[in-house]
Amino acid sequence: MKAFRLLLVLLALLAWAPAHADEFSDAVRALNADNFADKIAAAEALSALGDGRAAVILEALADGRLHAAGDGTIVMEQGGAYRDAITQAAASSADASPITVNNRLRGVLRGAVGRLGLFSPDPELRKRAAESVIASPTPESAAMVRRALETETLPEVKRMLSLALANLDLADADPERRKAAIQALRDSSDPMVRGQLQHMLETESDPEVKAAADKAVGAINSRLVWVSVGANIFQGLSLGSVLLLAAIGLAVTFGVMGVINMAHGEMIMLGAYTAFVVQEVFRATLPPEYVGLYLPVAVPVAFVVTFVIGVGLERTVIRFLYGRPLETMLATWGISLMLQQLVRSIFGASNREVANPAWMTGGIDLIGGFTLTYNRVIIIGFCLAVLLALAALLRWSSFGLHMRAVTQNRPMAAAMGIPTGRIDAATFGLGSGIAGMAGVALSQIGNVSPNLGQGYIVDSFMVVVFGGVGSLWGTLLGALSLGLVNKVLEPYAGAMLGKILVLVVIILFIQKRPRGLFALKGRSVES
Amino acid sequence: MNAPSLSARLLAADDRRLWLGMAGCAIAFLVVVPMLNLAMPPDSALHMPNYMVTLLGKYLCYATLALAMDLVWGYCGVLSLGHGAFFALGGYAMGMFMMRSIGARGVYGNADLPDFMVFLNWKELPWYWMGFDHFWFAALMALAVPGALAFVFGWLAFRSRITGVYLSIITQAMTYALMLAFFRNEMGFGGNNGLTDFKDILGFPLAEPSTKLGLYMLSALVLGLAFLVARFVVTSKLGRIMMAVRDAESRVRFLGYSPTWVKLFGFTLSAMLAGLAGALYVPQVGIINPSEFSPANSIEIAIWVAVGGRGTLVGAVLGAFAVNGAKTWLTGAAPELWLFLLGALFIAVTLGLPKGLLGLWGQIRRKEKAHA
Repeated sequence: MKAFRLLLVLLALLAWAPAHADEFSDAVRALNADNFADKIAAAEALSALGDGRAAVILEALADGRLHAAGDGTIVMEQGGAYRDAITQAAASSADASPITVNNRLRGVLRGAVGRLGLFSPDPELRKRAAESVIASPTPESAAMVRRALETETLPEVKRMLSLALANLDLADADPERRKAAIQALRDSSDPMVRGQLQHMLETESDPEVKAAADKAVGAINSRLVWVSVGANIFQGLSLGSVLLLAAIGLAVTFGVMGVINMAHGEMIMLGAYTAFVVQEVFRATLPPEYVGLYLPVAVPVAFVVTFVIGVGLERTVIRFLYGRPLETMLATWGISLMLQQLVRSIFGASNREVANPAWMTGGIDLIGGFTLTYNRVIIIGFCLAVLLALAALLRWSSFGLHMRAVTQNRPMAAAMGIPTGRIDAATFGLGSGIAGMAGVALSQIGNVSPNLGQGYIVDSFMVVVFGGVGSLWGTLLGALSLGLVNKVLEPYAGAMLGKILVLVVIILFIQKRPRGLFALKGRSVES
Repeated sequence: MNAPSLSARLLAADDRRLWLGMAGCAIAFLVVVPMLNLAMPPDSALHMPNYMVTLLGKYLCYATLALAMDLVWGYCGVLSLGHGAFFALGGYAMGMFMMRSIGARGVYGNADLPDFMVFLNWKELPWYWMGFDHFWFAALMALAVPGALAFVFGWLAFRSRITGVYLSIITQAMTYALMLAFFRNEMGFGGNNGLTDFKDILGFPLAEPSTKLGLYMLSALVLGLAFLVARFVVTSKLGRIMMAVRDAESRVRFLGYSPTWVKLFGFTLSAMLAGLAGALYVPQVGIINPSEFSPANSIEIAIWVAVGGRGTLVGAVLGAFAVNGAKTWLTGAAPELWLFLLGALFIAVTLGLPKGLLGLWGQIRRKEKAHA
């Protein structure tokens, strides 16, 4: 029987010889072997060819979609239609029977398909295949990667492939090859590569190779230190911009009215919940491809919502407490408790999900696994835009002029006919509105929960105290330096200790400058 | 004006009402409550259950804390939003003593180390736990640590003339920083879980109703003593300067007094009182953890005082009882309403009752007199 089949195959080979007597078709046909050991051998042979077409066939085999027709042709079923696996021509399914697979064969197929991705025409797939080779290196991949490198054109994939190859070569029997691999890897900034080299330091027997590995680890280490410094600075800028957004509004209200608004954090929280509501409305009414646009809409909506709430609070509570700053603190604290409980009653105590729109996900990959994520980059930009817009408003608009006048000397401003009450209400609304926009930004990088504002309130107070009130530049400097110092200290001292240190430093700092870095000067300052 | 002598001050005619009130309170708290708890049969309507005794004991500690707050806010004009920190520090000192008294009865049966240190794989007691085996040392520390912190912090702050909201904010930052610090396991104060699982205090088992009653009565005594001390201070010449500093600090400075030292005295004394309250509080609730340092707790203390009426001492005690009583009742009856009510209380008191309940009472009385 076996001999007969072999004969048939040989006959078929002869018959097809002129057109298809290539390795590829032979290997494909050999998949229809009698026993699994032969099938495995055939699959491995096919994958070793490094032909992009093989991936589809092997995948079909793994799924049980590869059939052998009565005449020995191999046909592939795809969505109900049958095609010849080799020629891609349409074929009939008559008398075709599926080629059976077992688990071992499936395992081999999966590995083979993964590696064959190296030869796929799709660069994304090639990249992913290279990654999977790096993640789980097997000795047989080395030859494939070498072949893939010969034809690869994209520099990015090429770089990854040579990395993968070097990774594989680290386990090579030939010490020269190992050394060459180490040389190739020493320019990497991947912590994973470092881990591999460190592992090698322990297991390597050849002293020369070991020395090279040691050197390479040192080189990678020093590079990674720089990467982490860069990452820290980015994180610090990001935190600083968030603090700045949270603190600007506080600084504005404190500067103009001398009022510490303890409910400021809750304005941030309300802004974040506005973003959530806008997102839900978009999801319910618009086709999915437009949902990502909710964010640009949420920003002005949040501003308006919190502006209105802020003006309402000022008119109903805060204006009765002018001249009593300590009582204002307590009253606004009461407002914050009520707002928190209100949101908890409406939306529940658990976190709400505000998704990053598609255009904000992902990031720019820099070296060493350090990514500039788009959402943080956009928030830094957004924050600067808000700051500049506010500065322009204060500098050039008549409202800004009035506001500055009231900040500097309230009775005199009133005597000049400036409606101080209306300015106060608008200022409080403005501060709250900025907090609302900050909340939209925060919803993109953190959890949205009723306690959202509480987490930022002490920090934003610190920014205001440190920077000095009534000065946007002081707030900017205060926020950025606080953010940077926090993040730079973090790796050495841990998140909590870093924060404690910053608080202690600020407490000591305001000994020297009790009114912050940029203090207001003038007669009216000391009331 | 000559300051009246001590005895004259304590027995002045208009103080007679005060002494009568104190005697009434003493009888109510030290005689009636224990009798209702011990002598009444458990099924009687007048019987006071044990949990109620502990609850009252807790309120008494809060009242002492409110008294401390009133001393510094109501009389010195310093709104400290970090008084919870002094309270918690006193509590930790007492908690450390009770932790040491557990000895080998902990889960791990280690006589040398508290359970959480065994759990963290520590080998020996940190140096700052030394001495807490002795009650007198722990009691001293419950006063000295908050006092020292307040002294250093206050000296730094008052010396550079940090006043008003700035001071409030940095006191809040202080308690926030302490909270973060105590959350860390490496600090050696039990981290997140704090100190708990206490067995006994000075040999009296904490689970016994008699111990609870004793702690309650001690709290009542301490509150009474604290009240007398605070009253003595505010009626003294120093108290007058305190109030002057509160009302017009610059003027006091120009008159030749140093507001720094006056405020520093008030702040430190107040912190020590708060520490004392904390030290009595912890054995009654059986746990102390870093959440006691949370800024929200400290702000709540201010509202107790504001509700009762600041700058009156009696008002602070009254406010602590009123707000906490309402809290106990409402968090049981309608938990989601409590924060609304507390928030509304903050707003209503600051807007409508700047002098608190006592001020309201005084207003009503004045009206009645006018009508009569």
